[in-house]
Amino acid sequence: MPHTDAAAVALARGGDSDAFRALVDRHSRAVYRLAHRMTGNPQDAEDVVQETFLKAYRQLGRFESRANFGTWLHRIAVNCSIDLIRGRKHQEAGHDAADLESLDGGDEQRVDPSPERLMLSTEVQERVGRAMEELTAMERAAFVLRHFEGQSIEDISRALGLKANAAKHSIFRAVRKMRLALEPFVES
Amino acid sequence: MSTNLHLNDDDLVLHYYGEMPTADESRAATHLSTCGACQENYAKLQRVMAFVDSAPAVEAAPGFERIAWARLEPALRAPRRNWYAWFVFSPVRLAFTAGIVLLIGAAFMAGRMTRTAAPAGAPQSAEKVRERILLVDLGEHLDRSQMVLVELVSADDSGGSVDISLEQSRAEQLVSANRLYRQTAASTGDAAMASVLDELERVLVDIAASPSTVTTEEFDSVRRRIDSKEILFKVRVVSSQVRDRQKAANRERANPSTLGS
Repeated sequence: MPHTDAAAVALARGGDSDAFRALVDRHSRAVYRLAHRMTGNPQDAEDVVQETFLKAYRQLGRFESRANFGTWLHRIAVNCSIDLIRGRKHQEAGHDAADLESLDGGDEQRVDPSPERLMLSTEVQERVGRAMEELTAMERAAFVLRHFEGQSIEDISRALGLKANAAKHSIFRAVRKMRLALEPFVES
Repeated sequence: MSTNLHLNDDDLVLHYYGEMPTADESRAATHLSTCGACQENYAKLQRVMAFVDSAPAVEAAPGFERIAWARLEPALRAPRRNWYAWFVFSPVRLAFTAGIVLLIGAAFMAGRMTRTAAPAGAPQSAEKVRERILLVDLGEHLDRSQMVLVELVSADDSGGSVDISLEQSRAEQLVSANRLYRQTAASTGDAAMASVLDELERVLVDIAASPSTVTTEEFDSVRRRIDSKEILFKVRVVSSQVRDRQKAANRERANPSTLGS
C-alpha cells in the first residue's frame, strides 16, 4: 500500500486499482461523515461516497499533485451532496420567512423533553438532524462547511460557486433557522 | 460600526466564526463587553452552537471501507467512453436509458397505468412502451437476484469450505443496476420498492465483498444474513408485483379501450 496519498494517486493514474483502493480505505469514512452531515441520511451518504470516488477516479488526471487529495475529495463530495439534495427537491423552494414561522410553531418543536432525555446523545443528534433538515441544500452545505469543517466564507463561496455575500447570507439564514429550532430546547 | 450600536444576529454570527472584518471586530468586541442585551443574545447563540457541536457525528458502520470498495469496484472496471459514445446506438444503452426514463416516468406508479383512460384508438405512447420495457428489465433483475440468493442459501457446505465465486461475480454485476433502480424508486416516491431494493443491495454488496472461498462458518453467516432479513421472501413479493404490473401493461396494450372502466 502506498504510504502517501500523492504516491497512491500517481499509481492509480497509471491504472493501479490497489492504489485507488488504498485511497478509498483512507478517505471513505471522512467522506461519509461529511456526506451524512450534508444530506442527513445514511443511504444518501453512501450514495455520495460512491459518486465522489467515482468522479475522483475519472478526474484523477485533473488532480494537481501538489494539492491535498483529501481537500480535493471533500470538494467533490460537497458538490455530489448538493446535486443529490437538489435532485430530491429537498425543500429548496419557498423558504425563509414562511419556514421560519413554521419552525417556530411546529408541533414537533413544542415537545418538551426532560433534561435526562436531552442528555442522551442520540436525542441531541436527532434534534440537530431535524433542525438541519429544515435548511435548503445551499444553506445546509454552507453551514456544514463553515461550522463543522471550519472553512472560511471565502473558501465556501469558492467551493459552492457562490459570491462571498451569497455564501455569507446562506450561513446567516442557516444559523437563524437552527436557532429558531433549537433555542427552545437549549434554553428550557 | 459605532460601538454604541447593538449587534444584530448576523453580526454575532460573523463574530462567532471570526469572520468579521478586522476594523468592525474590535468595535464589536468593545460593544459586547459593555452591552448586556447583546451579551445575552450572543450567549444564546453560543449555547445553540454548543448544542449542535454536542451532537455526535454519524460514523459509518465498521467495515464500511470494504463495502464502499465492493460498490465502487464494478463501476471502476466499466470501460471509459468518449462523450460521443453516448450517441452511439447500442441495445444495452437503449435498455439502460429506457429503464431510467421509465422509472422516472411511471413504473413505480403502476396504478396510473390502469386508472388513466387512453383515448379510444390512440396509438401506444412511447412512454408506455418504455414502461413495459422497464418492467421486463426490472423483473429480470429481481429474478437474477433471487437466483443468486437461492443458490447461496441452498449451496452444499459439507466440504469445510464453499466456493461462492460464481454467485459473487453475479452479485457484483447486479449491484450497479440495483443501485439505479433503488435511487429512482426513492426519487419517484415508491418507498416500499426502494426499501426492498435497499435491503437487497446491502446483501448483494455483502456477497460481492466476501472472499471467493469461505469457510463453513463464514458461509453460515452469509446465509443467516439472508435469512434474518427475509430478503428472499421480500424480493419474491416485489417480483410478483412487478409481474402483475407487466400483465396489466400487456392487457392495456392488447385492449386500451377497456381502461378506466
